[in-house]
Amino acid sequence: MSNLLVDRRSFLRVTALAGGGLMIAAYIDFDAGDALAQGRQGGAPLAPNAFIKIAPNGQVTIIGKNPEIGQGIKTALPMLIADELDVDWKDVTVEQGDLDARYGTQSAGGSTAIPGNWEPMRRVGATARHLLVAAAAAQWSVPASELTTASGRVLHAGSRRSIGYGELATAAASMPMPDPAAVRFKDAKDYKIIGQRIPGVDLDQIVTGKPLFTSDMHLPGMQFAVFERCPVFGGKVASANLDQLKALPGVKHAFVVEGGTTPNGLLSGVAIVADGWWQAETARKQLKVTWNEGAGSSDSSEAFAKRAAQMANQLPPQSTRSDGDVEAALKSAAKVVEGAYAYPFLNHAQIEPMSATARVDGNRCEIWAGTQTPGGGRSLVAQTLGIPPENVTVHMVRIGGSFGRRLYNDHLAEAAHIAKVAGVPVQVRWTREDDMTHDLFRPGGFHFLKGGVDASGKLVAWRNHFITFTPDGQRATSSGTVGATEFPARFVPNYALFTSMIPSNVPTGAMRAPGSNALAFVMQSFIDELAHAAGRDPLQFRLDLLAGPLVVPPPNPNAPPGGGRGGGGGGGWTPARMRAVLELVRDKSGWGRTKLPQGTAMGVAFHFSHQGYFAEVAEVSVDASKRVKVNKVWVAGDIGRQIINPLKAEAQVSGSVIDGLSHLMAFELTIANGRAVQRNLDEHEPLRMRQAPRQVEAHFVTSDNNPTGLGEPALPPILPAVCNAIFTATGTRVRSLPLSKHGYRWA
Amino acid sequence: MKFDLNVNGKTVSVDVPPDMPLLWVLRDELHLYGTKYGCGEGHCGACTVHMRGRAMRSCQVQASVAANSPIITIEGLSADGTHPVQQAWKALDVPECGYCQAGQIMSAAALLATTPKPTDAQIDAAMNGNICRCGTYARIREGIHRAASGK
Repeated sequence: MSNLLVDRRSFLRVTALAGGGLMIAAYIDFDAGDALAQGRQGGAPLAPNAFIKIAPNGQVTIIGKNPEIGQGIKTALPMLIADELDVDWKDVTVEQGDLDARYGTQSAGGSTAIPGNWEPMRRVGATARHLLVAAAAAQWSVPASELTTASGRVLHAGSRRSIGYGELATAAASMPMPDPAAVRFKDAKDYKIIGQRIPGVDLDQIVTGKPLFTSDMHLPGMQFAVFERCPVFGGKVASANLDQLKALPGVKHAFVVEGGTTPNGLLSGVAIVADGWWQAETARKQLKVTWNEGAGSSDSSEAFAKRAAQMANQLPPQSTRSDGDVEAALKSAAKVVEGAYAYPFLNHAQIEPMSATARVDGNRCEIWAGTQTPGGGRSLVAQTLGIPPENVTVHMVRIGGSFGRRLYNDHLAEAAHIAKVAGVPVQVRWTREDDMTHDLFRPGGFHFLKGGVDASGKLVAWRNHFITFTPDGQRATSSGTVGATEFPARFVPNYALFTSMIPSNVPTGAMRAPGSNALAFVMQSFIDELAHAAGRDPLQFRLDLLAGPLVVPPPNPNAPPGGGRGGGGGGGWTPARMRAVLELVRDKSGWGRTKLPQGTAMGVAFHFSHQGYFAEVAEVSVDASKRVKVNKVWVAGDIGRQIINPLKAEAQVSGSVIDGLSHLMAFELTIANGRAVQRNLDEHEPLRMRQAPRQVEAHFVTSDNNPTGLGEPALPPILPAVCNAIFTATGTRVRSLPLSKHGYRWA
Repeated sequence: MKFDLNVNGKTVSVDVPPDMPLLWVLRDELHLYGTKYGCGEGHCGACTVHMRGRAMRSCQVQASVAANSPIITIEGLSADGTHPVQQAWKALDVPECGYCQAGQIMSAAALLATTPKPTDAQIDAAMNGNICRCGTYARIREGIHRAASGK
């Protein structure tokens, strides 16, 4: 992906601001790379992008265009612009952009913002600097080549003159746009902002409790809504006691929403709108709904597990991938290991429950909401209201954690529809119970694995029968796939992957490191089982596996449903880069060189996802009553040659580890009678402070590759690293999650 | 029901159902949006405020019960963000998404008010009710130690 960036077409336009000053509008074809990747001809139409404003007094304002969910992108992207512009960070004000085609792609997902913007954002800054230098050269009648810049000023060493950007801004606005090839980028050694530890731009507002989040805003005349959705996925309202509700204090409207059954759209339910949110929520306690629950009411986690066990030995006629002869290799292997692995559905459990505010005026709609995909949100609102997308304005609001939940815009659709019916601005707020029971859950899954090692301890056979879910009997449920290139495919000469599907109405979707967040646990645990069976050191066993010759057979054109791309864990990643992070984490952790007390051990795992290479070692203690303490975690990652903001990078790494530990111990969303069983955070409990590792050490290999994202790839390896440590410490192998189901708890 | 609350040193009159949680009175009646809703059941601590100097989950306090107690919210912790805990949070860039941090700061400030030099175990105990889904715990701990050290 990153090598396509050089092919992006960029044009910039400079505009004089009213009252003086300069605005750089960059025409950047953000979609060209994607278009090329998909083999399409050309790209999307070029769109102008306005990122920089320089006022006559030198004040620099830079737009942060992407959704901020805590990953630090509102700081990182403006850093790229500011460094190439050559201004001091203290002189920069960052503003959040609304959804606007001029900014190109605006989304938070897939750890794509850094690889997708590394070149274009620096180009915006470098082009602005070029224009300011050109303006100074014209003013002083000296060649531009004699001029340098520093701290928002253009300097001429020969005549010891200097001038501030603010004084040049108006003149720069009339300079001809440079040929993109003539725009010079800084050498990395000259970066003054990139690579520095820069605090988040909203930090002061956060620590003083300023209104920053969706439900912190208040429009004049705004009313508040709660929305009762059918507890059974796909169910619909038959009837409700609306008249009784309308008589309750403060209630302005109570109505049935017909809705649909698409889980990321407007669902069927009952809306209650009141002057105050507490009034609406209080009225809701009197709500009596008769539901048509539909076919989904028979779904249950227990039945899914029973069905999967029945299907385990019924391999489908066609494999998703088959290399060599796995059955023969298993027969002739010196040691054979079998393992039945399983993981549950999960709720995103982002700390800020869903909310959105909408104002509908005729055929126009204005929305204020946290969304990771504001463009998708606009389309959904337009479709929900039956108005053109260009009539929908989306204001992107800071997001209180998301983990993928706000890739989906159901909350926007609800706010828009309810505001339209109510005829006033409406803020829809979900309770935690709404949030827990109505999600696009991380899908559960089952893996029936059989592997073999030869007499020399080499991995020679790997067979996985993966059982996932299907909403329609045709395709696998969202985020419930194992790609044909998922590890250890390519590294084992005799490899077979089979995919079977169980019908399910449970809505699923992407969650931080989709696919990978579950698959790393399975693959890296089973690799560990095989290493121990071979009598080998688990870390060296992995290094040897990565050093072996690659198996690259032709793709299977008849791959059945359920194949396709996994959660970023597949693809043609480079074994040498993974070996480098494994060796680094081995050396940093003292793997194999540290004497640990009884009941304490290290475990290792690695995983490639979202273009990032990560290896992790966890030191874990387990006592006789199965109390677990993760003492320390070492993380080694390779996300390219430049860590843009080490402060936020370290935060993403330690945050990913802690997120993974929440999945590992206590996250489980159980389905019974077609509905979510857990209702609040005590039943699906995120890690707390005293349960967290005292230390998460992050180390980066700076390889000569373009920078890639860090929101996700550090998460997947922590689950198997801890499970592998538990095995070494206790001799007990964890094959299904969460740990709490097996009597483990945090020490 | 009409009654007075004492919030951030000011007396304010509200007219709300007596069992309305203090959280929603603060947010929706007094427009003090710094105090956050996370779970409504006292599990997450995002709604932590001080009542008579103690850290309380405002989602679990009925407004009428709060009537006679001085209440401090994040907005009233300091006039200009200079409480030692706020300064430490800024120095270390503690927040990621930031949603839980008002609650974290209020719990930390209440701890330091009674325990000026807390041990790690005392920090664990005082902060156990505050969930940070982004996992900023190491920086929160460091921030509390930093605030305690008077840096």
